[in-house]
Amino acid sequence: MKTLVTTLVAIAAAALLAAGPACAQTAAKLLPGSEIGFVSKQLGVPVKGGFKRFDAQIAFDPKNPAAGSVAFTIDTGSAGIGDPETDRELPKPEWFSTAKFPQARFQSSAIKPLGGGRYEVAGKLSIKGQARDVVVPVTLSAAGANHTATGAFTIKRLEFRIGDGEWADTSMVADEVQVTFKLALAGLGAP
Amino acid sequence: MSPPARRPLKPIEPRYTATAVALHWLLAVAILGSMAVGATMTELAVSPQKLKLYNWHKWAGITILALSALRLAWRLTHRPPPLPVRVEASMPGWQRTAYHATHHAMYALFFIVPLMGWAYSSMAGFPVVWFGVLPLPDFVPVDKELAKLIKPVHGWLAYTLLALVVLHVAAALKHQFIDRDGLLARMRPGRA
Repeated sequence: MKTLVTTLVAIAAAALLAAGPACAQTAAKLLPGSEIGFVSKQLGVPVKGGFKRFDAQIAFDPKNPAAGSVAFTIDTGSAGIGDPETDRELPKPEWFSTAKFPQARFQSSAIKPLGGGRYEVAGKLSIKGQARDVVVPVTLSAAGANHTATGAFTIKRLEFRIGDGEWADTSMVADEVQVTFKLALAGLGAP
Repeated sequence: MSPPARRPLKPIEPRYTATAVALHWLLAVAILGSMAVGATMTELAVSPQKLKLYNWHKWAGITILALSALRLAWRLTHRPPPLPVRVEASMPGWQRTAYHATHHAMYALFFIVPLMGWAYSSMAGFPVVWFGVLPLPDFVPVDKELAKLIKPVHGWLAYTLLALVVLHVAAALKHQFIDRDGLLARMRPGRA
């Protein structure tokens, strides 16, 4: 019996040690001023929008980027383009269907350093019940004691059924939507 | 003895140039059409149809602005025919003043109304892309608060222009059907 307990303790200790490097990654904190935006095209007109509420769980050490992990949750109800009439439409079923899908998510699966503060973050993006693999280019730069992460990538809105029904017409609103982000981060290791 | 020169059926009066006549009627259609679209689109609920009408309205507005610039340049280099002496002589002073004032005010509004619309669109964060192809510069920065203030001004000025157009048409019809002085022939499309 004593042997069994010792063995179990040993296994648990080994597991903890193995998980050590991941646990050692300090969780970064998202600072105010961080932005997640999008640019859609309406009849060729680029229209900027953004999300007011989102959160991130970031464990990332620039010295060991491959072990890092990035996860985002975005309140779809906070989407807006700054035009009250349009913004009232966005939570409706044709667009983000906020009542049914209150959050969009991103979970990284691999982080590849490209050098010069640039990284490629691969992961799964889930919006409105649809999940797609995306590769997000990120540029990390030091801003005093903190860091700034910026980047942009393009998604196809119809893959996520954003703008359904009569709005599915891509001659009115283009399928491609650019997602942009500028994140102010505290607690990241030195780059 | 040479045969007598054939007398014209009615006195030949100088007409507006063919270019001026073409621009007048083209702009008449474009401006009234744009006003109709403008009045309709604001009443619609958010829909692809509304989005389409807004963009058509903006494309029409920029076209009107460009054609008005061309028209003004043409007018400044090709003086319009003066009012026939008999017409001018029969007009009381206030009518002559109104005639000039209406034309000047309409010309000013041909530029001001589209420019206000363009400025509003830019301020509201919707840059104008002419016919969905040519992105136009924002000549004012995005300012959503100011946009809210100037939106009604664009509408009021458009209604002012519409009132002047109504006055202009009423005066033209009065000359045609009450005074019967043939003034309308100077701007009639087709050959003189």
